[in-house]
Amino acid sequence: MTDVNTVPATFPAGRNLHRFANPGRFLRLSGAILPYVATIGLAVLGAGLIWGLFFSPPDWQQHDAVRIMYVHVPSAWLASSGYAMLALCSLFSLVWRHPLADLAAVEIGPVGAACTALCLATGSLWGKPMWGAWWVWDARMTSVLVLFFLYLGHIALVRAFDDQQRGYRAGAILALVGVVNLPIIKYSVNWWNTLHQPASITLTGAPTMAPSMLWPLLLAALGSTLCFVAVVTARTRAAVMERRIRGLTLAQVQREAA
Amino acid sequence: MTHLPYIAASYGLALGVILWLGIGAWSRTRAARARLAAIDPRGLR
Repeated sequence: MTDVNTVPATFPAGRNLHRFANPGRFLRLSGAILPYVATIGLAVLGAGLIWGLFFSPPDWQQHDAVRIMYVHVPSAWLASSGYAMLALCSLFSLVWRHPLADLAAVEIGPVGAACTALCLATGSLWGKPMWGAWWVWDARMTSVLVLFFLYLGHIALVRAFDDQQRGYRAGAILALVGVVNLPIIKYSVNWWNTLHQPASITLTGAPTMAPSMLWPLLLAALGSTLCFVAVVTARTRAAVMERRIRGLTLAQVQREAA
Repeated sequence: MTHLPYIAASYGLALGVILWLGIGAWSRTRAARARLAAIDPRGLR
């Protein structure tokens, strides 16, 4: 059984990871950086959304409905990258038994699910005026819906066992199996005929979007990513403290019973 | 502005999610910190 208060034996590759597994060190380090990450994240997100909503130009075809992009696209990126983070934490948990990775994975789940729900909802709100339908079984939308169910499954599974460690293991396996959905989401617009357009921003090519729309989008994406990191860090800090409270309360009860 | 109801709903939802997650995380951390400080002040270090 792995506890956040103990650092289990591990093979050398994971040894460096455990330098940051000490809950006290995590609380100190995260407590120092969290206010900056949250403040900068909110400021950048606010700037990106205000720029996108009031100062970016309307699209020649979609008119002002294109402004939904500044909330829809960052939430879609976070839905996928949040799941990648969840899978990475699950890998650390299963392979290196990293004690904070379990807690982080549990806390990423609801935040990622909220981002995925926001992505689906704003997608519907964008789709209705543009496509004439709230929902279509388009490959991109269907694969994102599967991602939402994977998040919900993870949230339910990690809480489904009396033995927390068994729940963490089961959730980690589900998270790793679900990673197969991420390339499907990414390439669904290339592999199938979908209503979604192919990616406008790629790592290898120049963006096919006007800079006046690209900059507010990048700001909104950066700000929302920082806010995501801040929320997950704050929730993980709370989880570490709650676990410590449970341990102390249990020890107190055992002392009184003895 | 065209399509105003859809745009307003999208930004309203986004704001709601941010506030819900942010306030939820902040209040949970605050409650945990207070309970831990009451049980064992050393636990915060």
